[in-house]
Amino acid sequence: MGKPARDRVPAVAQTGEDRIGAAFALRRGRAALMPYLMGGFPDMATSRAIGEAYAANGADLIELGVPYSDPLADGPTIQAAGTAALRAGATIGGVLEVGEALARRVPVVLMCYVNLVLAPGADAFVQRLREAGISGLIVPDLPMGEEPAVTEACAEHGVALVPLVAPTTTDERLALIGAQAQGFLYTVSVSGTTGERGSRAQAFGELLGRVKRHTAVPVALGFGIATPEHAAEAARAGADGVIVGTRLVRAAAEADDPAAATGEFVAELAAALIR
Amino acid sequence: MSERAPLMESGVEHRFGPYGGQYVPETLLPALVELEGAWVAARDDVAYVAELDGLLRDFAGRPTPLYLAERLSELAGRELWLKREDLMHTGSHKLNNALGQALLARRMGKQRIIAETGAGQHGVATATACALLGLECIVYMGAEDIRRQAPNVQRMKLLGADVVSVDAGARTLKEAVSEAIRDWVSSVATTHYIIGSAVGPAPYPAIVRDLQRVIGDEARRELLARAGRLPDRVVACVGGGSNSIGIFSPFVNDADVALIGVEAAGQGLGSGRHGAPLTAGGRAGVLHGSLSAVMQDRDGQVTEAHSISAGLDYPGSGPEHAYLRDSGRARYVAVEDTDALCAFREVTRLEGIIPALETSHALYYAIHEDGIGSTLDLVCLSGRGDKDLAEVIAQGDAP
Ligand SMILES: Cc1ncc(COP(=O)(O)O)c(C=O)c1O
Repeated sequence: MGKPARDRVPAVAQTGEDRIGAAFALRRGRAALMPYLMGGFPDMATSRAIGEAYAANGADLIELGVPYSDPLADGPTIQAAGTAALRAGATIGGVLEVGEALARRVPVVLMCYVNLVLAPGADAFVQRLREAGISGLIVPDLPMGEEPAVTEACAEHGVALVPLVAPTTTDERLALIGAQAQGFLYTVSVSGTTGERGSRAQAFGELLGRVKRHTAVPVALGFGIATPEHAAEAARAGADGVIVGTRLVRAAAEADDPAAATGEFVAELAAALIR
Repeated sequence: MSERAPLMESGVEHRFGPYGGQYVPETLLPALVELEGAWVAARDDVAYVAELDGLLRDFAGRPTPLYLAERLSELAGRELWLKREDLMHTGSHKLNNALGQALLARRMGKQRIIAETGAGQHGVATATACALLGLECIVYMGAEDIRRQAPNVQRMKLLGADVVSVDAGARTLKEAVSEAIRDWVSSVATTHYIIGSAVGPAPYPAIVRDLQRVIGDEARRELLARAGRLPDRVVACVGGGSNSIGIFSPFVNDADVALIGVEAAGQGLGSGRHGAPLTAGGRAGVLHGSLSAVMQDRDGQVTEAHSISAGLDYPGSGPEHAYLRDSGRARYVAVEDTDALCAFREVTRLEGIIPALETSHALYYAIHEDGIGSTLDLVCLSGRGDKDLAEVIAQGDAP
């Protein structure tokens, strides 16, 4: 029952995993930049403009957040942005339209809490992602193995199910998750929620070394990375990708022209990863 | 023989039918594994069980009385036996769980305790257990609940707890739980989260149930000894579902005993402003780490609950209750704000017992609703109502 195919990237069946893999491979050893965007914040049209600015200023992939009533993995900044987006009328349908537009330019990975995935049924939800050209799905409150229906739906529709691991994750579990990860492995740099934090170059190195021993897919580091210097540190410590969230959401909240301000910041991050 | 030997009968279920599970950030999984291991070891350890039983008896005042409320019985037209958890130290059943988990935290070497609270009863119970055991205590509480349950806020502070006001959303219990979980994600190495009801990711619903079933074990034994029979109905209020699962559990295999959970109908089930996910039905959802009955919109956004009683003002429910409902073993009903207030006044005037507003929901149902076929009800009087005086008085004069 899919919508008619639009002018989106390859009409041939390229899986989300392939497209994400290609985006990392294109970096030829340099870390990929994956800025986070809160869908529908401050409103739907502006969030789309912010995403376009990310893509125009050096984002290799975009992590698109779906606002949720009870975002357990998010700190105050992203939580407040999600609440504001919902107040402004954001719906999952609206966020997927933003995702569909952005996916014409770069691979988009959706960050979405599990209850939103289960509400229409995992299969129907993931099918909608595929139809919107979304390449991957991150479910921050769904440990691998807890909900087989989500895993199956992602396999069925060619959407990469991107798992998270944390500093507290045991080696045994890392091996399990690392072997099943698709697209990339999202490594949470701290035991904590999303938010800006100081430099932790040393900890980055140890964590990334441990994670990379357990997986063949690219490893991206996120949570707490807030400046071009942190991003460069993460890359030097061995991250294949760097995810910047809260700092950009804050910029979007504070700036008079959110798209211009966040675009500029993304350009600085991109430059830091080239050096 | 230990008072609470039946602890060993229960497993540490991860799922109750389809419900329950561990829907949490990966960061927390090792802590849940550690907690489950510690709990399984503790409940089989005679030293832990003896220490907990000793504290429940000498510090907390167990066993609590079972009271045949004659004037209420007359009003209801059948015998009403009240299990007096209001007479336990700190004034509600919440201390059963808080003491058990605080002892467990100490065994795990965790010095910092966090908790959420709605009515403040779980916060007070946790602060009390922490004062007793010398543990640091941080309690998350919605700003609206801080307003309407002020006496309990003062008690927590006097007991040495740090009460953190939560300003998100409706500023009630749901937001307080979310904030406690966020704290735990960041502090899990040093901190134990004492969740206050039979909710949350596994193994919490099973642990809280096992720590609360002392209510039902005592009541069942005492009723058999004094009335010489089992009740026709067991009635308890349901917020997250801890006092209810505690009193239900020992009766689950007594097929002739009806189990009735009373949720908050708030301003009416039809108004959408209620706290009755089990009664209202609808699609199951994930809230605070487990799959259960949840109030939510079409997209899966969790909606705000409403109840005059802070402890029932919660859009989720314990997963075991969803299972008991689906299997037909327990029945869930809901009582509106105004009716709960009515029972609050009746029980106060007729029995000289001021019940908590949460409990008043169960009392209203037992006294006034649909008692056909029952000649003896056992009601869990989960807590006392001192904390609610200002709220009740603000509602206007007694009829
Ligand atoms: C006296 C009393 N009864 C009942 C409840 C509801 O909780 P639960 O359903 O976990 O027993 C509370 C919660 O604060 C309470 O204080």
